[in-house]
Amino acid sequence: MSTLTVTRAVHLPKVGTVLSLLVVAFVVAAALVPGLLVDGSPTAIDLKSTLEAPSWAHPFGTDDAGRDLFTRVVHGARESLGIGLGATALAFVIAIGLGFTAALAGRVVDAAITRVLEVAFAFPALLLALLVIAVRGPSLATSIAAVGIGSAPGYARMIRGQVLAVRQAGFIEAAAALGHGWFTVIRRHLFPNAMRPLVAVATLGVGQSIVWASALSFLGLGVAPPSSEWGALLDAGRLHITTSWWLEILPGVVIVLVAISVTSLGRTLQNRLGGAAR
Amino acid sequence: MTTVDDRPVGRADRVSGTTELLRVENLRVSFGATEVVGGISFTARPGQCLAIVGESGSGKSVTARTLVGLTGPGARVSADRIDLAGADLLHTTERAWRGLRGRQIGFVLQDALVSLDQLRRVGDEVAEPLKLHRWGNRAARAAKAVELLASVGVPEPEVRAQQRPYELSGGLRQRALIASAIALDPPLLIADEPTTALDVTVQAQVLDLLAASKERGTSIILISHDLSVVARLADEVAVMRDGHIVEHGPAGQVLHDPRHDYTRMLLAAIPSEHTRGTRLSGTATTVQRARRQVDRGRPVLEARHLTKVFRGPDKVDRTVVDDVSFELFGGETLGIVGESGSGKTTTARIALAILEATSGEVLLRGEPWSALSTDRRRPLRKQVGVVYQDPLSSFDPRWSVGRIVTDALATGRRPPSSKTEARDRAVRLLEQVGLTGAHLASSPLRLSGGQRQRVAIARALAPEPSVIVCDEPVSALDVSIQAQVLDLLTDLQDELGVSYLFISHDLGVIHHVSDRILVMKDGRVVEHGTATEVFERPRHPYTRQLLTAVPRLGSA
Repeated sequence: MSTLTVTRAVHLPKVGTVLSLLVVAFVVAAALVPGLLVDGSPTAIDLKSTLEAPSWAHPFGTDDAGRDLFTRVVHGARESLGIGLGATALAFVIAIGLGFTAALAGRVVDAAITRVLEVAFAFPALLLALLVIAVRGPSLATSIAAVGIGSAPGYARMIRGQVLAVRQAGFIEAAAALGHGWFTVIRRHLFPNAMRPLVAVATLGVGQSIVWASALSFLGLGVAPPSSEWGALLDAGRLHITTSWWLEILPGVVIVLVAISVTSLGRTLQNRLGGAAR
Repeated sequence: MTTVDDRPVGRADRVSGTTELLRVENLRVSFGATEVVGGISFTARPGQCLAIVGESGSGKSVTARTLVGLTGPGARVSADRIDLAGADLLHTTERAWRGLRGRQIGFVLQDALVSLDQLRRVGDEVAEPLKLHRWGNRAARAAKAVELLASVGVPEPEVRAQQRPYELSGGLRQRALIASAIALDPPLLIADEPTTALDVTVQAQVLDLLAASKERGTSIILISHDLSVVARLADEVAVMRDGHIVEHGPAGQVLHDPRHDYTRMLLAAIPSEHTRGTRLSGTATTVQRARRQVDRGRPVLEARHLTKVFRGPDKVDRTVVDDVSFELFGGETLGIVGESGSGKTTTARIALAILEATSGEVLLRGEPWSALSTDRRRPLRKQVGVVYQDPLSSFDPRWSVGRIVTDALATGRRPPSSKTEARDRAVRLLEQVGLTGAHLASSPLRLSGGQRQRVAIARALAPEPSVIVCDEPVSALDVSIQAQVLDLLTDLQDELGVSYLFISHDLGVIHHVSDRILVMKDGRVVEHGTATEVFERPRHPYTRQLLTAVPRLGSA
């Protein structure tokens, strides 16, 4: 049987990918060393210059306490990104536990976990998150827990499907036929191969978690002021939206830009890795 | 099928006799900078079959696709001439191609499951070319589809026409595809590997069908990798290699008195009753090899009354393996041959103790094997190796060749004590199977099919097993590569005294490698004996039927 030889196009990174990388690099830098990007303190009050529109001195303008909004956005990156990463990590820990148990622990356990996941899946993730906050009260840790638990069921279902698919693979049987124990086979073959396509999904999840965390803060259910977490900034700016648009629009643009960038990188990664089951 | 009224294209307008229907001169096809067909010329005549034979990458399928205007995106096609019954095909627009396909040229592909739309009824699929060429009305087309299905030997054509492709067996699907290709009775039929995925008995029926079509005056271009299939149908044979025709002539001459070394090598590589005990690969003369010693003491592997019952989704029990017993002695090869669904692979999996039998028992060196608990069996696994049909799927895609082999060494009788020792032994194993230490770092993805199977054999050998279960180990390989792998397996057996439980659907391969043979049908062993007994004095009617269905070079 002859095969068609199709020449492969040379992969030049797309403009969008490059821009996304720049945005993400900026946010990571802001989270790690905010002092490198801005001079002042995010909480430095200057009552002489409250609610000033964007200018060279204050690129994002100032808020009702005269705090520089750009400085606050840069300093808020650590919390926003931290919630995004933390929540995704938590979601995956839960999802890996549930997904692998469901796929490997036999029919009864599988049926039980799958039913629970279906019920959880029927709730919007944000609603699940609200439930966690209702129980624990708003804080940074609760935000992470809320968003993490809220997004776990979706990942758990994906992981279960991946494990079931990889379990059928020839190399799993081949490893068992060599005399490897079941635990070794899971650790060496099943886990890495089932999780590989989910790397991209996890990246997508970070962007989504940042948006959700912001939504919670906006509702006053996330991180409390004077924190400059991006959702909290939106919440604070809400009162002045008719007079000082920048307090609402500019942090909003930042959130959207970061979410789009992370998601776009996730997609690129997904295509490179050959795609995940969705 | 003989009334003239039936026919959208009358025979009268066809050139008959020895004049040519299709003339191709200096055809070149390239994709980017790679030339896959490098200037080939041939002709096809009514009532004759031209076979284009070659291995993977020879350019034969691309040639076939070019003749129906489906070379694919990014292809550059050039030729001095491509004429079909006087009309120029080279400068045909896509629109005009649609008028030609089906009506002037029928195209049969290898994989009928992919080529037929899963969601449409078989009858609609068969009638598709009629509809495209505005033949008759809906009712007439439906009737014609049933008639066509009947003409290609599909039993109960009315029922089949209402079914969907996945409800039909491979053989029936292939026939439906042929029915669709000949629906408008095109003067030229191009068949690309039409029987490759089929069982021998079904293959024989499909070849007979094509032969009948040829008798009625159709010109057939048959694309195949299998010289013995070609022998049954072809009047002319063109052997392709790397995009060029290396030999072209009457079938009898090419198959029995080949002029080109490559054709000779291909022919010598075909395993059959004549090649037992000789090398298939290598040059010119076949070397008689010394017979290895078979130890007829206690069997290495023994199966006693194995039965496996599967419960289907319809809650009906199906006995897939039914009372199968065998003994495999040291240094011996036991072949299990059968068609798809005969239970041979299930038997192999039970022998490997990967699948549990419903009843019956497998003994390893006279000790319990299948009856052991998973934990107690695990330390014994090093004694039983396995080689699969598709080596690639049996390798973890993240692992390098080196890691695959050293991992297997670690499970063996003598696990390496250091990294250097593991590496040295892995290199030695790779050399033993005809690879080199340079392959250690490669990913199996970047190896050829033959090299992958060599890695799989190295992995099976690493724990120093006394038995290797080979499940269709050469079925996915080109003839010349198949020959090398079969030679490698026999060399290793001579050297190491390992026993093989060798599963194959290919009677030629089984005859070539086996000392004793089990013939399986519908889960039962219908015949059991030495290779000579089974092949020369078959007692069971099914064995005889199988043997007559096998395509042979002698029939050209």
